Amino acid sequence: MFDLSSEMQTAAYIASTVLFILSLGGLSDQENAKRGVWFGIIGMAIAVYATIFGPGVELGPVLVIMLVIGAAAGVYVAQKVEMTGMPELVAALHSFVGLAAVFIGINSDIDPPTLATTAERVIHEVEVFLGVFIGAITFTGSIVAYAKLSGKVDGKALILPGRHVLNVALLLLSFVLLYLYMNHAGSWTLYLMTLIALVIGAHLVLAIGGADMPVVVSMLNSYSGWAAAATGFLLGNDLLIVTGALVGSSGAILSYIMCKAMNRKFLSVILGGFGGPSGEAMAIEGEQIAIDADGVAASLDDAEQIIIVPGYGMAVAQAQQSVSELTRRLRAAGKTVRFGIHPVAGRLPGHMNVLLAEAKVPYDIVLEMDEINEDFPETDVVIVIGSNDIVNPAAQEDPNSPIAGMPVLEVWKAKQVFVSKRGQGTGYSGIENPLFFKENTRMFYGDAKASVDALLQKIS
Amino acid sequence: MRIGTPRETFTGEARVALTPASAAQLQKLGHECLIESGAGQAAGFTDEAYRDAGVTLVNSAAELYKQSDFITKVRAPSESESEMLGKGKTLISFFWPAQSTELLDKISKTGANVVAMDMVPRISRAQKMDALSSMANIAGYRAVIEAGNNFPRFFTGQITAAGKVPPAKVLVIGAGVAGLAAIGAAQSLGAIVRAFDVRPEVAEQIESMGAEFLFLDFDDASDGAATGGYAAPSSPEFREKQLALFREQAPDVDIVITTALIPGRDAPKLWLSDMVDAMKRGSVVVDLAAERGGNCDATVPDEKIVTDNGVTVIGYTDFPSRMATQSSELYATNVRHMLHDLTPEKDGVIVHDMEDDVIRGATAAFEGEVTFPPPPPKIQAIAAQKPAAPEKTAEEIAADEAAAVKRAGRNQIALLAIGGLMMFFIGQYAPASFMKHFIVFVLSVFVGFQVIWNVSHALHTPLMAVTNAISGIIILGALLQIGSSSVIVTILASISVLIATINVVGGFMVTRRMLQMFQKS
Repeated sequence: MFDLSSEMQTAAYIASTVLFILSLGGLSDQENAKRGVWFGIIGMAIAVYATIFGPGVELGPVLVIMLVIGAAAGVYVAQKVEMTGMPELVAALHSFVGLAAVFIGINSDIDPPTLATTAERVIHEVEVFLGVFIGAITFTGSIVAYAKLSGKVDGKALILPGRHVLNVALLLLSFVLLYLYMNHAGSWTLYLMTLIALVIGAHLVLAIGGADMPVVVSMLNSYSGWAAAATGFLLGNDLLIVTGALVGSSGAILSYIMCKAMNRKFLSVILGGFGGPSGEAMAIEGEQIAIDADGVAASLDDAEQIIIVPGYGMAVAQAQQSVSELTRRLRAAGKTVRFGIHPVAGRLPGHMNVLLAEAKVPYDIVLEMDEINEDFPETDVVIVIGSNDIVNPAAQEDPNSPIAGMPVLEVWKAKQVFVSKRGQGTGYSGIENPLFFKENTRMFYGDAKASVDALLQKIS
Repeated sequence: MRIGTPRETFTGEARVALTPASAAQLQKLGHECLIESGAGQAAGFTDEAYRDAGVTLVNSAAELYKQSDFITKVRAPSESESEMLGKGKTLISFFWPAQSTELLDKISKTGANVVAMDMVPRISRAQKMDALSSMANIAGYRAVIEAGNNFPRFFTGQITAAGKVPPAKVLVIGAGVAGLAAIGAAQSLGAIVRAFDVRPEVAEQIESMGAEFLFLDFDDASDGAATGGYAAPSSPEFREKQLALFREQAPDVDIVITTALIPGRDAPKLWLSDMVDAMKRGSVVVDLAAERGGNCDATVPDEKIVTDNGVTVIGYTDFPSRMATQSSELYATNVRHMLHDLTPEKDGVIVHDMEDDVIRGATAAFEGEVTFPPPPPKIQAIAAQKPAAPEKTAEEIAADEAAAVKRAGRNQIALLAIGGLMMFFIGQYAPASFMKHFIVFVLSVFVGFQVIWNVSHALHTPLMAVTNAISGIIILGALLQIGSSSVIVTILASISVLIATINVVGGFMVTRRMLQMFQKS
C-alpha cells in the first residue's frame, strides 16, 4: 500500500543515518541528550518502515507477530530493570545483536544471493565468515558478561593454564576453516567455526575479572557494532554499515577511555589478569583506625566543603538513595557537597552517574575526576563509599605497585577522609590501600547502606 | 583490670587522667574504673558525672592505690605517692625518666611497672597516644590567649572612624606542635605571624598554617627526621646567624612566643636580654620553655614579670592546666588509647607486650627492672627526605614536547602508509560493489570517532544503551531475509527480527528512562 521504490528507500536510509549521528552527538550534554534519543527513535522508525515497505520484503503475519512480541518484551525489560542492573541489561542486549548477526550470516550461506564474478563470491564468503565470527564472539561473550555481572557466575577471573595458546590455536583453526570454506568444503566448516567462535567469546570474558567489566562491556558494545557492519557488507546495505561503524567506533572509544583511566593496555585487559609486579611493594605503616557514625556526623557538622566518592560498593549495597538523602540534608545545612566520579567506578562506563541521577542527585554537583582532583586540598571531609583502587595513593607513590601510574582521585589530600567499607579486605586487584592507614583517614566499617542510614539518624 | 585515678597532688595542677567519657570507653574494653573523690573537680568533672558513667568513687588516695591494678595520672608521682605503688601495679603518667632516674630506680625496686606517657615513640601508629603533642597543642593555643590578655592592643588590623589600628606582629620560635598551634591561633585572631625553626623541612608546615617562614640561609641545616622529628642542637656559627636574625626582628614584633626545646637538654637561650630591651613598650614574650629554664633571658618560671622597658615576659609552666577541662579530655583519651593497646583482646586482660614498639618505648620500668632508655624503634619515625629529582629547564621541557609531537607525527604517517597499502591491495582484488560500501564504512568510522569524543563522561551509560538500541538496526538484515523460500532461513530470520526488536525498543526506552532522571539542581 505504501510501497517505496528502491530510490525512495535509499533516501529514507540517508535520513536515518543523519538522525543516528545527531542522536549520538546529542549526548554531549544532559539537556540535548533527551532530544537526541528522539532523533534515534525517529531514525530507527524510518529505517524499519522503509525496509518493510521497500522492495523484496512482504509484511506477512509472522513478521507482524515477531515485531509485536519483540516490542512488548523490550518495553517490559526497559520498565522493569533496576538502575543498578543496567550493566547486566546492556550485556544481555548485546548478546541479541550477536545472535542475530550469526543467524543472518548462516541464512546468507543457506540462501546465497546470485553472484556474478569469482571476486564477488570470495568477498561474500569472507563476509559471511567474518559476520558470523564476530557475532558468535559477541553472543557468548555478552552472555558470560551478563552472568558475571548478575552474579550467576563467579566474578573472579578464570585463568586456564595455557589460555593464550588455546586462544591462538582456536583462531588459527578458524582461519583453516575459512580456507576450506572458500574451497567449497561445505557448510559444515561454517558451523564448526561458529562453535569455535562461541567458545572463544565465552573463554575471553571468563578470563576477565569483575572490575574490568567496564572495559568488557564497552568492548562487547563495539563488537556488536562491527557485527552489524559486517552484516551490512554481506547484504550490501549501506545503512547497516554506517550504523554498525558508528556503534563500533563508539564502543572502541569507550574501551579506550576506560583503559586509560586504569593506565592499562587494552590487550592486557582483554587477555585478562594483571602484569606481574616489578618489585617489592612499599611497606605500609600505621594502622586502620575505625570510627562510628557519631564521629563521622560530628566531622560533617563542622565541615564546609564535602566530597563524596562512590564506587561499586555503593551500587552493591543499593545505597544511592541514602547517599542522596545525606547530600540533600548536608546541602540544606548550607554545606557544599559534590561527587567525584572516577571513569572506571562501577561496572559500566558512567554507571555511578546513572545511579546518582536515579536517586535524584542533581547532575551539576557530580563531577569527573579531572574536574575535581585539584579541589581535594581545600576539602574538609571526603566520604569514600565502596570504592578502593580508584582512591589508592599507591598508584602515585609506589612505582612498584601493580596499579602504578593509574590516575586516581587524590582524596588523601583532604583534611579528613572517611572510608565506608565492609571489612578490612583489599580491593578486587588484591592491592593493599595505603589510604586506609593514613593519619587523616578513619574507617567507617559496615555495609554502605546501613552505614549511611546510621549517619542519617545523626544528621537532621 | 581495675584502673584507678587519684587526685593530682602537685600544686596548681588542675588536670585529671580520667574523664567520664574515657571511663565509658575503658569499661567497653572490660576494665573497671575507680576514681578518688573530687579528682575531677578542678577540671570541671563532678563526682556525680563519674558515678553516672559507672566509675566507683573512692574516698582516699591510699585506698585507691590499694584497690587498683593500674594507676593513671597526669604528673609524675611524688615521693609519698611512689611509696603506695608496689608489685603487680602499673603506673601510667608523664614521668620524664631521663630527668628522674632516682625516682625510677626506687619504683622499679618495688616491682611496679611504669609506663611513661612522655616516652611514647613518635610513629604514626602511636599518634593517638602522643600526650606530649596533645598538651603542646593546648599550650600553643593558650600562649596566644595569655599574650593577648597582656597585650594592650588589637591582634587584627582595623580601619575605624576613630583611626587606623595596625595589626599585631607575632613571632613564633620553634614550629613543633605547640609552635604550629600558636601560629594557627594568632593567625585566626588576625595577627601577622612569622615563624622560625632550625629544621628547614618544617617551612612547608609553617606556610600551610598561614605564617611567613623566616628563612635562614645556612648550609649546615640539620635534618630533624633523624632525631624523631625533634630539633637537634645547632653549631655555634649557626646559632650566631640565628640570633642575628632575631635581633633584626626584635624592634618590629609585638609578641614573641618561644617554644624551642631539645629533647633531654635545657632549653636553648634564644631571646636574649638585648632583644627584650629592643622591643617596644607593651610587647609580650611568652616562653613555653620556662619549665626547662626558658628560651628567654628574662623569663622567671611560673611568673609573669614586666621589664623596665615595659615588656611583659610570661613564664608560666602550667598552660595545659589552665585549660584543665580541654586538656583532661585529650590526656584521658591518650591514656585510654594506651590502655586500648594494652588490652588487645578487649576482654579486660592486660597484655604488656614488650615486643610492641610503642609499649616497649613507653615502658620505663617493668617487673623490677629499669627498662629505660628503650632500644630505637624498628620503624623510622619520619621518612628521611628524598633528594628531589633535578628540575627540568624550560628548554628541556620544550625539547621534550617537540620530540613528542614529532614522534606522534611519525606514528601517524606510518599508520596512514600502512592503511594506504592495505587499501591498495583491497582495491586490486575487490569488486567495485564492495569498494562503494567500503568508502561508506571508513567514513562512518571517522564520523563515529569525531562524534563520540564529545560525549560527556557522565552520559556513558546512556551512550551504551542508545548505541545498543541503534545496533538493533541489524533487524534490517533479518527483514530482508524473512521472505526466503527456505524454511530454516525464515525461522532464523524471524527469531532475529524478534530479538533485534527487543533490542531496539528496550534500548531506546531504557535510555529515555535514564535521561529523564538526570536533573539539574
